[in-house]
Amino acid sequence: MLMLLDYLPIFLMVAAAIGLCLFILAAGSLLRPSNPYPEKNRPYECGVDHTGEASGGLFRVHYFVVAILFVVFDVEAMFLFPWAVVLQDIGFIGYLEMFVFIFLLLVGFAYAWIKGALEWES
Amino acid sequence: MGVLENRFPDNVFFSTADSIINWSRKSSLWPETFGIACCAIEMISAGCSRYDLDRMGVVFRPSPRQSDVMIIAGTVTKKFAPVVRRLYDQMPEPRWVVAMGTCAISGGVYNTYAVVQGSELIVPVDVHVPGCPPRPEALIHGLLLLQEKIMRTHVLRKEPEQAATQA
Repeated sequence: MLMLLDYLPIFLMVAAAIGLCLFILAAGSLLRPSNPYPEKNRPYECGVDHTGEASGGLFRVHYFVVAILFVVFDVEAMFLFPWAVVLQDIGFIGYLEMFVFIFLLLVGFAYAWIKGALEWES
Repeated sequence: MGVLENRFPDNVFFSTADSIINWSRKSSLWPETFGIACCAIEMISAGCSRYDLDRMGVVFRPSPRQSDVMIIAGTVTKKFAPVVRRLYDQMPEPRWVVAMGTCAISGGVYNTYAVVQGSELIVPVDVHVPGCPPRPEALIHGLLLLQEKIMRTHVLRKEPEQAATQA
């Protein structure tokens, strides 16, 4: 209970922030002119008709695979930094374990490569 | 139109509220970064440090979605007129238009088949800034005139003719 009371200023700050946002949005929606029409609502593309394969809002599924691969190697890099910091303390086993981890990721990467996930032109 | 717009009588409470709303609107005029011809060079100059439009709250924005003033700085050709109109349409309201320079006002020297003879023909212009091109001081004067015009707007109060018909 005492712990929760210690956080009271933070709760108050969050409540004030949410309240302020609600007040501003409510005041804006009451005061602003509301006049939507099709030409105003169409996507902004520098004033010209949008063209190209992404103009319909559809993206290639390739982006998904590339994004997953990016996340995988991002996480790997995130592990590498703390590993490097404590390398002195974890000894030789800890040193080897990172190579096992990178090897497992590389197996996945090689699989994705062989399956053609990095081929852009089909 | 808005929920509370033009619904209230012209008394001291709503005139004060209007002046606060208008003050906030005129103090943050955000023009589109939108230069069509040589007048744009003077517009850029007005925005940069020597003339410093920022001190009047005039900050150029890269998208019509974020801006409320369109400075038509240059010759509007007939090929480009639909783009100007669409960019105007895509600005949120309330929005204002400044026609900068003789070309934007009347077509200027380009009295030809290819040039719109005045941007008033495609968008409602609030302030005309004459010159070929106008100096940055002239553009600043135009924006100050626009601010004066905004300060006279009835936001919450009824429009004068609206109040007259109901009285």
